[in-house]
Amino acid sequence: MTTTQEPPATDADVQEYSTHPGAFANRAFGGLSAGAASLILVTLAAVATFLLIEAWPAMTSSSADLSDQVHWLGTESGETLIATIGYLVYGTILISAIALLIATPLSFGIALFISHYAPRRLAQGLGYLIDLLAAIPSVVYGLWGALVVIPVLQPFYQFLSESLGWIPIFAAADDGTVSGTGRVAMSAGLVLAIMIIPIITAVTREVFLQTPVLHEEAALAMGATRWEMVRMAVIPFGKPGMIGATMLGLGRALGETMAVYMILSPGLSFSPHILQAAQHNTIASYIALQFPEANAAGVSALITMGLALFVITLLVNMLARWVVSRRSEFSGAN
Amino acid sequence: MKIATRAGAIASAAVLTFALAACSPSNEETDTTDSPAPSGSESEAPAELSGSLVGAGASSQESAMEAWRAGFQSSNPDVTVSYDPVGSGGGRTQFTEGATSFAGSDALMDAEEYAGAVEACDGDMGAIHLPLYISPIAVIFNLEGIDSLNMDADTIAGVFSGEITTWDDAAIADQNPEVELPSSTITIVHRADESGTTENFQDYLVKASSNWVADETSGDWQGATGESGPGTSAVVQIVQENAGTIGYVDASRAGELGTVALKVGEEYVPFSAEAAAAVVDASPLAEGANGENDLAYELDRTTTASGAYPLVLVSYTIVCQQYDDEAERALVTEFVKYVASAEGQEKAASAAGSSPISGDLSTRVTEILDGIAAG
Repeated sequence: MTTTQEPPATDADVQEYSTHPGAFANRAFGGLSAGAASLILVTLAAVATFLLIEAWPAMTSSSADLSDQVHWLGTESGETLIATIGYLVYGTILISAIALLIATPLSFGIALFISHYAPRRLAQGLGYLIDLLAAIPSVVYGLWGALVVIPVLQPFYQFLSESLGWIPIFAAADDGTVSGTGRVAMSAGLVLAIMIIPIITAVTREVFLQTPVLHEEAALAMGATRWEMVRMAVIPFGKPGMIGATMLGLGRALGETMAVYMILSPGLSFSPHILQAAQHNTIASYIALQFPEANAAGVSALITMGLALFVITLLVNMLARWVVSRRSEFSGAN
Repeated sequence: MKIATRAGAIASAAVLTFALAACSPSNEETDTTDSPAPSGSESEAPAELSGSLVGAGASSQESAMEAWRAGFQSSNPDVTVSYDPVGSGGGRTQFTEGATSFAGSDALMDAEEYAGAVEACDGDMGAIHLPLYISPIAVIFNLEGIDSLNMDADTIAGVFSGEITTWDDAAIADQNPEVELPSSTITIVHRADESGTTENFQDYLVKASSNWVADETSGDWQGATGESGPGTSAVVQIVQENAGTIGYVDASRAGELGTVALKVGEEYVPFSAEAAAAVVDASPLAEGANGENDLAYELDRTTTASGAYPLVLVSYTIVCQQYDDEAERALVTEFVKYVASAEGQEKAASAAGSSPISGDLSTRVTEILDGIAAG
């Protein structure tokens, strides 16, 4: 195209080219893509406005009023809206953290194997399989988790608490047993981890594949082993991408509803015990649970929780952006 | 892939054609019901009904409603009945806002909703409750080799409030001398979501036991923290897969699991359709009911009537005492008459495992429905 070397077209430029045969298509396409881009802003603004407007009644009414109308917010048990959101934010972050702790090292390993270790044919097949994992609906993961995984894991949890029970997170209940069914935060975190592995793997794999070949060959030419080459060339180059991928995974884990809903015996507390039932719940799963029978005030309270989740995800994304932009200066990319 | 898609397209086209064919006569004949028909003539020679009837409410009635809808529509092909299982509260709200012609509800209307119904209905007689879906709640457990256990209300309350923690606790063993109980821990399983099943189960414990943790009934779980799952299926699944668990579900879903026989008077009564219907007949009407036609029961959980099973969920159909539109009146009354009929109750029993209402109640409901007028 003739305009590629020039600064962005102004109205005057467009006038100048208006006799060009492709001028109309050019302008139309420009307008369409600008429209598509602004649609994202509009949608985001619309969601934010909706959340604010709908949550307003619950946020502004006194906790006593609210607990009169919403029976699952009882002031006598200390569960005001704020307290409930506090428990849920804690549960959401705890379960997402378990998922990330398990998923990130695994995903990076898989991605490195595919990009730098596996023979080409195997790498392709494996990459395809990982992408397939991402396509499984979360309700299927939830069913699988609830029906298949949990019963298998329960004896392991019992063993874990017997051998490592002195660490608070693995502690058993007072009677020395962990949840008899395995419907605990640990299980939810594990299944979430499996759900976010494909996302983190797919993104980091692409980043690792883009490592400049010159860097890799230079490292190898200096006598580096393959592991040293990965450590010195691939990982520094891919660091922003790895962080970005982790944050994408975290985003999915934070908002995941169905799997948690089906796997966890919910409860509200700040308990660290991830092997005991009825201790935690996540915001999304709590909303799904309470929404069907909620009245107007209840819906407003639930939307306030949705707003809290929205803010958390926004913060996570902004943090990720900030980290990536700070790191990119030092990465091998420049 | 391509072939499958094409076959799907053909199938859906065929379905569409049939659906359209089924629809067209109703469009043509809607006029017939709009022409004023003298009130009362329907009961002697039911005129051909047509149009659509919209209801919403309790999800407990959903599978029964499916059966009633299918049964009613097969004998009245020009009628479309729709029922949105939004939940009891949502159903009452939609009804009192005038959005639906009838509501399904596990709980009775409160004073405010009674007033709202007066607004929504024609005339000033408001709305009435008709108990047309009676479903026993079973206390289910998973202990190998044990099919049935006897418990009184205090024992059940003790188990679900966490006071009784092992299966061989004296409180359970004393009532079951012939059963060999394991010494394993009891894991209680309850509903995680708000539900009519929880509400009725806790209502039973509040009224029939002396040691339950709460004084007031709630649709949310109030007992000891334990395992929980969203919905009936989840509770059944958790109990099925884990030995030593105990929970409560709609009796139709108890399946092969062990169930508890409740102590009523001096005997132990296992759940059955007749026993569940018996407790409704033995119960008095609730205070604040809307006149004698309002069959809103105050369930007698402490009944000592022989053979009654007091742990039941009663779900009501809420209808206006007067409709402003003759066509709507005819649709509502004919449909609800079908629901209350022996045939309708049988259909619900086989589809949803509910307990058919007694013949006396059925007759009474039909009388009430015949009295509903159009203004």
